[in-house]
Amino acid sequence: MSDFFKNTDLTRAEAENIIDETLLNKDDGELYLQNSINENIILDDGKIKNTNFTKTYGMGFRGVSEDVTAYCHSNSINKNSLIDASKSINSTLKSSKSYKHNNSIRRTNESLYSDHNPIEARSLKEKIELLNTVDQYLRSKSNLIKQVTASISTEKKNIEIIKTGGMTLSDNQPLTSFRIALIMKKGSKNTQGSYANGGRMTFDNYINENNWKEVCDEAFRQAEMNLDAKKAPAGEMDVVLNNGWSGVLLHEALGHTLEGDFLYKKTSVFHDQIGNMIGNENITVVDEGNIPGRRGSLNMDDEGEKTQRNVLIENGKLINFMHDRLSAKLTKNTPTGNGRRESYMFAPMPRMTNTFMMNGKNTRDEMIKSVKKGIYVDALGGGSVDIVSGQFNFAVNNAWLIENGKLVVPVEGATLIGSGPEVIKKIEMIGNDLELDNGFGTCGKAGQLVPVGLGIPSCKVLMTVGGSKT
Amino acid sequence: MLKEKKELEDLATYCIDKSIKFNATSCEVKVGNVISETVNLRNKKIENSDRSDVLSIKITTYINKKKSSTQFTYIDNENTNVMIQKCIESTKLLPDDKFNSLPNKKLLVKNIDDLLLFDKSTISNEKKLEYLKEVEDVALSNKFISKTNGSSFKQSKSNFIIANSDSLLSGYKKSEFFTFTDLVAKKNDSGMESDYYYDSKVYLKDLIPPKDLGSNAAKLAVRKLNPKKTKTETIPIIFEKRISKNILEILSSSISGSSFARNTSFLKKKMHHQIFPKNINIIDDPLIKKSIYSMPFDKEGVKSEKMYLVKNGILKNVILDSYYAKMLNKETNGRASGLSNTYFEPGNLSYKDLFNCGKKLILITDTMGAFGNATTGEFSCGATGLYYEKDTFYPINNFTLGGKIKDIFENIFLANDLEFKYSKNCPTALITEGLVVGGY
Repeated sequence: MSDFFKNTDLTRAEAENIIDETLLNKDDGELYLQNSINENIILDDGKIKNTNFTKTYGMGFRGVSEDVTAYCHSNSINKNSLIDASKSINSTLKSSKSYKHNNSIRRTNESLYSDHNPIEARSLKEKIELLNTVDQYLRSKSNLIKQVTASISTEKKNIEIIKTGGMTLSDNQPLTSFRIALIMKKGSKNTQGSYANGGRMTFDNYINENNWKEVCDEAFRQAEMNLDAKKAPAGEMDVVLNNGWSGVLLHEALGHTLEGDFLYKKTSVFHDQIGNMIGNENITVVDEGNIPGRRGSLNMDDEGEKTQRNVLIENGKLINFMHDRLSAKLTKNTPTGNGRRESYMFAPMPRMTNTFMMNGKNTRDEMIKSVKKGIYVDALGGGSVDIVSGQFNFAVNNAWLIENGKLVVPVEGATLIGSGPEVIKKIEMIGNDLELDNGFGTCGKAGQLVPVGLGIPSCKVLMTVGGSKT
Repeated sequence: MLKEKKELEDLATYCIDKSIKFNATSCEVKVGNVISETVNLRNKKIENSDRSDVLSIKITTYINKKKSSTQFTYIDNENTNVMIQKCIESTKLLPDDKFNSLPNKKLLVKNIDDLLLFDKSTISNEKKLEYLKEVEDVALSNKFISKTNGSSFKQSKSNFIIANSDSLLSGYKKSEFFTFTDLVAKKNDSGMESDYYYDSKVYLKDLIPPKDLGSNAAKLAVRKLNPKKTKTETIPIIFEKRISKNILEILSSSISGSSFARNTSFLKKKMHHQIFPKNINIIDDPLIKKSIYSMPFDKEGVKSEKMYLVKNGILKNVILDSYYAKMLNKETNGRASGLSNTYFEPGNLSYKDLFNCGKKLILITDTMGAFGNATTGEFSCGATGLYYEKDTFYPINNFTLGGKIKDIFENIFLANDLEFKYSKNCPTALITEGLVVGGY
């Protein structure tokens, strides 16, 4: 635990007074304190390219009146900066007429991860040796490997939230990530592969002799597969997505459009669809922030609300959006533990945690066999979405051309696009092989990055593929 | 209050002295203070305000050819000492890398010209709101704009110092005024479409008038309404300016020093080769006055000058910092911070001429996803645009563009409508062949 009031002219009691004076005539708000340390070690081009040790320390003070938010943040936690922040909040929210201050919060004593510091799990020397071993292991696999980038990133984030009446909530959030990216070259052709492993469990869960090799092997498999890949086809066709990381489809095509701020702003394509069937009855989509140890899991969100399992779509019917305290209040819902922020530099907003689709009945083989012409997506890359129109896109890292129910040849250079409301209706088959991703997702929204988890069973869906072969 | 030069210099000098005392053989320190104030309006009503005041320090320590770095926002002497000591301890453990060192002393900036990068004026939150209200009034007066997704006004002032143990000590203040609006359009029972417009200037008085911001964004959103789907075909493509600038983004990633030194760029073997048609010139000029992308020196303190990237279609220079320059047996060209104001020299054709290249073509108004892959040279993205046929346009969306970056470069024709708005600036660009449209 950090003692945020140790080396400052501000005592906890004084801070609590300022918080009360500022917020008791507002609807909501809190002082958010952060002290996190992060170590990042990167091996690239056969040598340790960089080690960077970052300490992020600061506070963010927020007041909310009706639907207006005032936020003020600073790297200095002291009397002057808190008083300045209070003045700034009052100047924005001065016109508020009536208020209903609410500081009730849904708390939990549950702990989804142990209180540990992953940075200290190994000495720096051991981590450097490990990265060198990883480099040698990968390069010994093939002399076509031209470049290996391997990194170990570990973080311990201490946060404390102080609400009115001295109510204090705190959490220690560990995070470990091990990443591999490699480039292979054959003739004039370059190919890439990347994979990672990570989450909030202890270091050894992600980086030990057994699992680091699996990460390397998968990155190598992706790069090698593309050495002989042909041009991807272009046009609308059946797409079979593999399980696990393909959940990024769900995250982009549906997840973002079910974030509560887009509900009260009425800008989500689904804002007027609650209670309606938006997909076929086999589709159930869940966001679950309290799965032990997962990258997207949190004991409490960044407003102090406990995280939970939220069913968003149940058997095809849209049930609920994901909320922070503000969107819950404005839409007369209960907070769902989805109020997240990247750091003290940002006010919270509704964000996903671990988002996935429940199992269906089909097998992936059945799906592939049912396709006359299409592609099988073996490894998806990243994607993005336009909330208002619902249009989304993804990069495909690895795919196979399917012809007459058989995988024919690897294809590359494809983007998948579609629109959320349409694609959810076009999911024809859902597999019985739900898997969550390996723990490497990072989601960006309004300039804020947060770690997330995602997952999906194998799926067959009609989509537009952006290859270069007509 | 923005921290003054003296205070930042004292912090930087303290860090240099401590690093050397703790046995660094050389070091570099950056101290920066950024203060910004933002207000957001939505549907003519204030949505939020945000005030930020952050001071941060970044230190890189060297022990001969070993190097490590640290950064922090908890700034007092005790913590600074702890962070430096930790950085030195890490440095000792690292292997030597013969390319690690501070930049060549001769190249370090000495005197800097005033590029007019700081405006003393400030604008209160009340005045920002007045500006935004006018933006939204104008936007919402368009009958097809149903609501706003938010409009924003940000004032940002920063001051920074870079110092190193080779006597570098320099820095300057910067200001930026940024306005933005994002609108939602809807016509009868059509679906919703949205689009945005923004402006960003060093000087407050140079900002776009609010009514223009509002009406420009409204036009962009409305023209997307009632899109049709389009079929899979090979067809000439025109990129609007806000999209064609991405051609310079992908060129920039493909000619980074790291991708050349590490042999990961699809252009690696193309130095001094023709990669664009002969009439194409591409320039990077860091010294343009009053541009938020200008920089008298880069993040290593190396002075920056105007440079041709591509001359007469031939690749002339890559983007270098000291480290990758050494790997490539060259000298840094002051681009450790990347490119600054990069632009295509304008072409000879008028905007209208571009549309005379064929009976039908597609004007791309927006893309989604990465605009090409600098390693593989492949190009594939999602797109929105206008289909041009028989002198008329209709909106289309939900299609893809696929091809090779090489073909985009080789088949480019530029209009004469260059303007400086972004860090990368390209006139409207016609790509005659090589791109496949993926639709139904």
